[in-house]
Amino acid sequence: MDWSALRLSLELAVLTAAILLPLSVLIARQLAWRSFGGRSLIEAALALPLVLPPTVLGYYLLVAFGAASPLGRGYEALFGGPLVFSFTGLLLASLVFNLPFSIQPMQRAFEAIPRDVRDAAACCGMSPWRIFLRIELPLAWPGVLSAGVLTFAHTLGEFGVVLMVGGNIPGETQTIAIAIYDRVQALDSHGARVMAAVLLMLSLIAITVAYTTTRTPGRPRG
Amino acid sequence: MADAGGAGLALRISQGTPIPLDASLSCAPGELVALVGPSGSGKTTLLRAIAGLYRPAEGWVSCAGSVWFDAAARIWRTPQQRSIGLVFQNYALFPHLSALDNVAAALGHRPWQERASRARELLGLVHLSGLEDRLPGALSGGQQQRVAVARALARDPQALLLDEPFSAVDRVTRQKLYRELAELRRALKMPLLLVTHDLDEAAALADRMCILYRGHTLQDGPPYQVMARPRDALVARLVDVKNVFEGRVVAHEPEHKRTLLAWHKHTFELSHSPRFAVGSAVCWAIPAANVILHRRDRPSRGEHENPVDGIAADCVALGETTSLSMQVEGVPDALLYLSVPTHVARRNGLATGERIRVSLLAEAIHLMAWQDLREPAAP
Repeated sequence: MDWSALRLSLELAVLTAAILLPLSVLIARQLAWRSFGGRSLIEAALALPLVLPPTVLGYYLLVAFGAASPLGRGYEALFGGPLVFSFTGLLLASLVFNLPFSIQPMQRAFEAIPRDVRDAAACCGMSPWRIFLRIELPLAWPGVLSAGVLTFAHTLGEFGVVLMVGGNIPGETQTIAIAIYDRVQALDSHGARVMAAVLLMLSLIAITVAYTTTRTPGRPRG
Repeated sequence: MADAGGAGLALRISQGTPIPLDASLSCAPGELVALVGPSGSGKTTLLRAIAGLYRPAEGWVSCAGSVWFDAAARIWRTPQQRSIGLVFQNYALFPHLSALDNVAAALGHRPWQERASRARELLGLVHLSGLEDRLPGALSGGQQQRVAVARALARDPQALLLDEPFSAVDRVTRQKLYRELAELRRALKMPLLLVTHDLDEAAALADRMCILYRGHTLQDGPPYQVMARPRDALVARLVDVKNVFEGRVVAHEPEHKRTLLAWHKHTFELSHSPRFAVGSAVCWAIPAANVILHRRDRPSRGEHENPVDGIAADCVALGETTSLSMQVEGVPDALLYLSVPTHVARRNGLATGERIRVSLLAEAIHLMAWQDLREPAAP
């Protein structure tokens, strides 16, 4: 059992969820309630990670993070190290490939809040911030929770993009999924078996939590 | 320009797109005005504009001496800044909050120590004491409506708007809620605006009613007056006056205080209406309730007042009144509608195909400017 790989995976998953969730709430609300030009294109772009082969997504991220890109050069100038094959680079990639898992459940949840309910809150004299905290967030909560769990579980399990962008540096970018692959390559089937079982359990628990909470009765569902 | 002097609610709104509007409306404190129109006539849009949920292109809205919206002066107050109580059509209660918390959510302007007791007080006012902790989903339609009313009143609003508040409940509950609203009204000293497509509801509850059609306010006045004296054939249709026909003014007889109207082979007497020149084509209308059925066995009083013979075409008993249409003798394709108490219809053995005689009450015949009735602009 490679504890450092597991810890790195959990760190990555928690950080990804922590950063992505608030961001996704903002984006999901806009997508749910605003109509604007190019909306379909934006929605399609956000859904791309669902259908693209991880290698394709990984390739573009590698190019975007590389020393030839402004982002890669900027990062290197600021922090003195390359973005690719670093934990930060891995986190950035993780944020990108989790976008659909995080945004879509929330978008559905916000769409399910009737407009009249939001209008009623405004007519009650509640400030937009208060409406968000008291009305929107509680009503969209199952969607937010499910987004969080899906993001968490998906980050734990992602392999292709991680390999492309992060490589396989123990303690820096070697996640548990990569570590399992590593063990299989090294013909260490016992190590692979234990880690695979741990990953399986974590994922199963996470998804079960997501399914249970989104089925809570009494919530309006879209 | 907005006139902020009035104590009540007043507005003048117009725009071409996306929803055509040309509406003006006023409602004094304590007055209940019904905004009536068919679906899609812009009733809800107008209400949303008053509440600050929709911003029209032109016009103004003022209430209780303050200007809420004035396009010319670039004044726009958000719903939060307007102090309005709005009861939504489907109530729009917060489904995750108890009845008490729904009401308390609109009490943000009061110190927090007072909120719970004030919310309880308001729920008591709408007869919901004991149900404070229920979630909206565990309340009946009528109870949800009451929570919505309590929540709307919680803001201590300067005007109360009700968007078809009775459309989602059954008939029995509706009658009960009508009585409660009438009762509640007496305690409220603010303008009340009720949106409805139900004319009976408007007639029963409102002091005035305002007819809205395709975003235009066509006529307003006391319900009885609007229904008996519609401005034109369109309003007549909108207030469900079925007896609208074309005719011609034959003579004015001021000495007899009457005007004579020709309708095919019939000539009717009606109240003196010098507004329409002799010889001019007009539209005329008469409410079904003012077409009197004569008894067959013996002549009744008023037998000679605008008598019309015909054949009963259709007979529909709707509870206590029976709605009857007759084919008028000498007028092809014309159906005259009348309503009679069901017991009268029964006593007279009314049935399809029977010959009947009716009188059109002279003072109920209402003349309107001519318009082609075969091209109805009605919905």
